[in-house]
Amino acid sequence: MSRAFTPKVITANDLLIGDVIYLTADDQWSRDHAAAELIEDEAHAQLRLLDAQRTKNAVGAYLADAKRGAHGPEPVHFREAFRTRGPSNYAHGKQVERAHV
Amino acid sequence: MYNYTDFDADFVRTRTAQFAAQVARRIDGSLTEDEFRPLRLMNGVYLQLHAYMLRVAIPYGSINPQQMRTLAQIADTYDKGYGHFTTRQNIQFNWPKLVDIPAILSDLADVGMHAIQTSGNTIRNVTADHFAGAAADEIEDPRPIAELLRQWSTDHPEFQFLPRKFKIAITGSSTDRAVTRAHDIGLRMVRNDAGEPGFEVIVGGGLGRTPLVGTTVRDFLPKADLLPYVEAVLSVYNMLGRRDNKYKARIKITLHETGKEELSRLIEERFDELRPLFGGNDQALLDQITAAFSTPELRQADTSAYAAFYKADPLFRSWADTNLAAHKHPDYRIVTISLKAHGATPGDATSAQMRLIADLAERFGHSEIRISHEQNVILPHVHLSDLPALHAALRGSGLETANVGLISDIIACPGMDYCALATARSIPVAQQIATRFDALKLEHDIGPLKIKISGCINACGHHHVGHIGILGLDRAGVENYQITLGGDGSETAVIGERAGPGFAYDEIVPAIERIIAAYLEQRQSPAETFLQAYRRLGLAPFKAALYPDEGKRDAA
Repeated sequence: MSRAFTPKVITANDLLIGDVIYLTADDQWSRDHAAAELIEDEAHAQLRLLDAQRTKNAVGAYLADAKRGAHGPEPVHFREAFRTRGPSNYAHGKQVERAHV
Repeated sequence: MYNYTDFDADFVRTRTAQFAAQVARRIDGSLTEDEFRPLRLMNGVYLQLHAYMLRVAIPYGSINPQQMRTLAQIADTYDKGYGHFTTRQNIQFNWPKLVDIPAILSDLADVGMHAIQTSGNTIRNVTADHFAGAAADEIEDPRPIAELLRQWSTDHPEFQFLPRKFKIAITGSSTDRAVTRAHDIGLRMVRNDAGEPGFEVIVGGGLGRTPLVGTTVRDFLPKADLLPYVEAVLSVYNMLGRRDNKYKARIKITLHETGKEELSRLIEERFDELRPLFGGNDQALLDQITAAFSTPELRQADTSAYAAFYKADPLFRSWADTNLAAHKHPDYRIVTISLKAHGATPGDATSAQMRLIADLAERFGHSEIRISHEQNVILPHVHLSDLPALHAALRGSGLETANVGLISDIIACPGMDYCALATARSIPVAQQIATRFDALKLEHDIGPLKIKISGCINACGHHHVGHIGILGLDRAGVENYQITLGGDGSETAVIGERAGPGFAYDEIVPAIERIIAAYLEQRQSPAETFLQAYRRLGLAPFKAALYPDEGKRDAA
């Protein structure tokens, strides 16, 4: 029996600056995890990943586990949580930069 | 110091121009990421967790003040005002924008630096003893050979698509400060019975998922035969090395699967073919290179100020006791500037610190600077009389920490704070251990101790050869840290022994404290180092300290 599908978001890095980005439901890339499309169907996830991999300014798109939160999808794994913030040794990256599309 | 010839300068310029065009074509969409990735990796550009990363080579760890200032300027102009010195004598910039990287490479080319072969399945930056050219125990400065190897390996058409990356380390001293036994090829200078210098050639060392101490394939290789011999090793590896499985592709596996005897036979056979083809050209080139590495003109001066300060100033004395090493000239010392201020990120230097180091190297150090694989900066030639002024200039800069070789002088890879391959964080663990033992005021009492931390199995933090090694893993979605004990990266290299089950992120510092408490309790005297005590006692008492509950369960 295959494992049950857990919800996902599609994430990648921006081609020009390398920042972490998330695919939204309206085919935009957002810097904000909470703005991502939460995908709860496996077939839809695969289709959306193909869409994402075809976009020009996103590098290395993949599916990452996520869960529904009060303000939008939230990361599940600590690696993805770090990607929403930036490094822990300096106040650099997303934790200090305003989220914008 | 070696300065680029016109040929070197043209080569680096041409490569920079090519890469600028490749970046432009990537950005306008003519190149896909799959097409672009090998091109960017050839030029040291990685895509990490939060941003691009540019890895710049500091060949055999030697860098001059002008180059250091250029790194500072790059940090300020294109990055966030700092750089990270790595365990392979490279510097990494963690936040460059793709579009800026050609300009950075051009700035680097202006001062004879580059990022070529800092990634990919090629011969990587050749690393060397960071005390090279200055150490009291040195037979010869190994850097001319390292430069010869760099010139030979750069863009070598036969070795651009090796089965896997290939790392060479070299030392000219009997004390191995370059971890030569954990490299694909380690070269240790030795003398034969006639007193001539040559090399012990060690092959197949490496850390990563299959940690192995290298095997000596030649006890004594005459210096003049070095380049054809190294080419023979590469040639045999290129033919036999596995390309079907990335995890079995390093030469250590080739050695293991082929056997030492057969591999040695193949190397010697290929060497016999290659040696006549070199026709002495390598030796003529080596002579030219060697001239560029002459020892600076050391000066004669009164040394009494050193003794006076040593006696009068406890801060200076503490720093002198830990951060100085013997120089081949009795009135000189090798100064290690610690990039491990308690609580700071190991190996990071701000642009202001880089500039200060450049200035101090000019004022007190004959304009020579080295970067160590232990992520510190070295001024290799400082006269005794200049040490008090040097120390005074370091104070207040964050570079004055008196901790070289002590528990807070930790090697740590970038880990999951930056690295896309990491399975857990390394940096905050290093920060917390350093801060904790500083607060306990114990580190000078503990004495020589090397803690090395890696954030994944690839072992960039050399954890296997740390006296205490820490490996960060992902265990069921939680950071977990495995401890190895008794590792040693020196001439008596040993892979550390795994102590037992791992510890959670908030348990790792207390676990290290328990190991240290056990050591302090069990050592015969303060003169017995942690490693010596471990070798005498074995794992058991440390294991008991690490897992006290287990002992209780057994007793019950």
